Amino acid sequence: MIPELGHFALILALLLALVQSVLPLVGAQRGNRTLMAVARPATQGQFVFVALAFGCLAWSFLANDFSVLNVARNSYSRLPEVYRLTATWGSHEGSLLMWVLILGFWSSAVAIFSRHLPEDMVARVLGIMGLISVGFLAFLLTTSNPFERLVPAAPDGNDLNPLLQDWGMILHPPMLYMGYVGFAVAFAFAIAALLSGKLDAAWARWSRPWTTVAWAFLTLGIVLGSWWAYRELGWGGWWFWDPTENASFMPWIAGTALIHSLAVTEKRGAFKAWTVLLALTAFSLSLLGTFLVRSGVLSSVHAFATDPARGAFILGFLAVVIGGSLVLYAWRAPKMITGGGFSWFSRESLLLANNVILIAALGAVLLGTLYPLFMDAMGLGKISVGPPYFNAVFVPLMAPALFLMGVGPLVRWKEGSLPDAWTRLKWALGVAVVAAVLLPLTLDGFKPWASLGFFLAVWITLAVAVAFRDRLRHGGGSVAHRLGTLPRGFWGMQLAHFGMAVGIAGIAVVANYESERDVRMDVGSYAELAGYTFTFHGASEREGPNYRAARGTLEVTRNGKHVATLHPEKRLYNASGMAMTEAAVHPNLFRDIYVAMGEQLDEQGAWSVRLFHKPFINWLWLGAVFMVVGGFLAASDRRYRIALRRSELPRGLAAQGAGA
Amino acid sequence: MKRWVPLVAFLILVGFFAKGLFLNPREVPSPLIDRPAPAFELPLVGNDAASFSPADMRGKVWLLNVWAPWCVSCRQEHPVLMQIAQSGRVSIVGLNWKDRDREAAMLLARSGSPYLAVAEDLDGRVGIDYGVTGTPETYVIDREGFVRMKHIGPISPDVWKQKFEPKLKELGA
Amino acid sequence: MMDRIRNAMLALVLACAPCVAIGAATNDAAAVEAAPNAENPEIEQRMVRLAEDLRCLVCQNESLAGSKAELAEDLRREIRDQMKAGKSDPEVIDYLTARYGDFVLYRPPFKPVTWLLWLGPVLFLGAGAAAWYVTLRRRRAVAAEPPDAEKLAAAARLLKEDQ
Repeated sequence: MIPELGHFALILALLLALVQSVLPLVGAQRGNRTLMAVARPATQGQFVFVALAFGCLAWSFLANDFSVLNVARNSYSRLPEVYRLTATWGSHEGSLLMWVLILGFWSSAVAIFSRHLPEDMVARVLGIMGLISVGFLAFLLTTSNPFERLVPAAPDGNDLNPLLQDWGMILHPPMLYMGYVGFAVAFAFAIAALLSGKLDAAWARWSRPWTTVAWAFLTLGIVLGSWWAYRELGWGGWWFWDPTENASFMPWIAGTALIHSLAVTEKRGAFKAWTVLLALTAFSLSLLGTFLVRSGVLSSVHAFATDPARGAFILGFLAVVIGGSLVLYAWRAPKMITGGGFSWFSRESLLLANNVILIAALGAVLLGTLYPLFMDAMGLGKISVGPPYFNAVFVPLMAPALFLMGVGPLVRWKEGSLPDAWTRLKWALGVAVVAAVLLPLTLDGFKPWASLGFFLAVWITLAVAVAFRDRLRHGGGSVAHRLGTLPRGFWGMQLAHFGMAVGIAGIAVVANYESERDVRMDVGSYAELAGYTFTFHGASEREGPNYRAARGTLEVTRNGKHVATLHPEKRLYNASGMAMTEAAVHPNLFRDIYVAMGEQLDEQGAWSVRLFHKPFINWLWLGAVFMVVGGFLAASDRRYRIALRRSELPRGLAAQGAGA
Repeated sequence: MKRWVPLVAFLILVGFFAKGLFLNPREVPSPLIDRPAPAFELPLVGNDAASFSPADMRGKVWLLNVWAPWCVSCRQEHPVLMQIAQSGRVSIVGLNWKDRDREAAMLLARSGSPYLAVAEDLDGRVGIDYGVTGTPETYVIDREGFVRMKHIGPISPDVWKQKFEPKLKELGA
Repeated sequence: MMDRIRNAMLALVLACAPCVAIGAATNDAAAVEAAPNAENPEIEQRMVRLAEDLRCLVCQNESLAGSKAELAEDLRREIRDQMKAGKSDPEVIDYLTARYGDFVLYRPPFKPVTWLLWLGPVLFLGAGAAAWYVTLRRRRAVAAEPPDAEKLAAAARLLKEDQ
């Protein structure tokens, strides 16, 4: 009964989404206020019904209703409750339902926080988001019904893929989708602005906080995915340039470019065409990512739905949404008035350079991801494009953009001064160069890529420091007071940039100086790695809720002093029969000690064990956390809240505008 | 004109994706096509004293079918192979790939053998020489001992009619 | 301010310390040192470095070095054997591509069909640089306007419509 209720709720949600999209869009075009007013209640209603459907699916999972195909395939009676809940989005169907749920959530948020926006803008934005909901709801209902029954019911489930039974995987998809789908808001704002022809600074200001929040969520989602892969795949890798990863990384790059472009459009009215195109691109790439992962066009670690009907549906939807938006763009582009001029050395020109590089890097990732498909489709043979290609191409492309990251925020809008920037930054440059030469020597030998990483990390950090110094030089009160008066937008940007520096430092060290050993460990034997001694005390059997495990015990010491006792596991899951390596990690700020069990080697209890020393790996996650916090800080800046209140004093502002 | 660039680029992409939906990412072309079949000399299943070498098949068009007793889809194609063998259309040589439990002889005795001979590739080295990634895979080898075609996956009657028959005709078998 | 920076630098330098100090740890005399899993660690290292850039053919996007698939193990054994026999890395790569094609390589070779792949990023950057230059020339020519006039006018227009 509950699954049928969920199914029915989905159908109602589809109908409401149709209402949400058609009526307000028609109303906005005709200036009919009654039709436009439908947008908000229809959006809220649609969200409520999707949430109800999601709740029904979650209930089916929690209640072990194995008469639902989806539950039977992706759950198990002995699966711990928390994983039963998260299995709701562990399958193709469930994750799409979550996509729609999050889209509903964002639409709802727009409906609530848009009181200050013109009625026709709200109607258009919600209408467009409704159209996207229609597409995905129709996709769910026609090709991927999550509530499909299984007759007769299965006695028990097949279990959730053990890889997904982890905290990282619980949080990764919702956060990732919050980001992916959040770009739908920027997309809808861009389309609404194109439709109305009002592409102005106000439009940029409205869509900016939404974009920044979506970007922060996407950052978080990607990092959670990376953190999950690091701990769960058992060989300590954290980025594989897998098509699925690229599918989430490409919208991130486009979103990063969009955030910067929006800044210019808001402050200076320039780059409108760029900004619109980037807003369309960021969300288009999110849709493309969904297509790539769901259609099985590219073979990948987790292309778990390979069904041509599904692929064809998403592709058709993709063609309509993206193709339609690009037609609209081409049609309206000539109407976009460009803003004021700027000199070759100005914040605008540097931001443009930054965006050009980001887009080139995005192009490289897209090219590498799709090239095997191009060749195959043209009958030129099959090739693989993997990490060696992406590392060779992406890193050199990004390095100049990261260098500009230090300069850009210190240069004035419109007309900067190169001598002034040089005066302020020359010592930072000097220190960064010295650090680039000396820091690798304090580690295990000089490596050029590590050196470049240190240079950029130190450079960006110092540039952030210079920016704070410049800001604090003026104004009264104590330093703490003056810090407190700095706008959150400034804090957010600097924190995000600093996070990038921290992340780069982490990558530079871990990628160049990590070490590992693959050893045969008899009970009582020891192995040494990077100054640590690992003593193996054997493995014992352990019974988990839905698996059996061999649980190793390793004592880690350094100079005879106890550091940690680690318990890596080798698990065999009952229902799926899958073996999993559960690595044990002892983290601190400067390194992870990472131990993974291989195979048992003899009857006396010897095991093959892989030991890893991962210096600075946690700086990578830490840097990402700074970026995420920076994003949220920036989005909560006062001026967006002032914008909220602006509708209360339109006359005052209008007068001010007229007077300018 | 410039403003149409994104749309055109996108439409080209859609074209590739549409094509991509009908491609099989698992189907990897073999570099062995139109090259001499790698030589080997392996003992026969059930008769370690005798051996098989591709050179034995000179002057004949034949199929090399890589299979294993533990392989499920090989069982699917078994009846099709039996029919082909009974029709006398072409000789099939089996390559028993990585059969560590050595069950092949027993299995063939039970379900019938479509093979002229079955060579035993215990450690999978000959398989590597042929670029085998899994079972079943079937190679068409011509009179001069050149590989002319490779099929990955089980042979169904349709596959046989559409893929193998034309090739065999072309090779004059 | 300088303190901040000094501290940041200090953190960076200090952070590197643990990786430098590699002292021989004292051990229980009775304990035995664990043997490497590989017979020949030197070959093993070479093999892993090579296999990291190769694709595990039967997995979905996993490298040959990391995969636990049986074929991957066989191929690793084959690479080890070839290396033991004195083959150079390019020779081993040739051996593999002769059997499995370029599909096995994660770093596609530079040849006519992959020219676009390898040169594409350079082209993108070139096109971007050209776009940057053209935009800048055009924008420099634009006469300086009062900075916020357009924005405010637009906002005013909008708000008027809103009433």
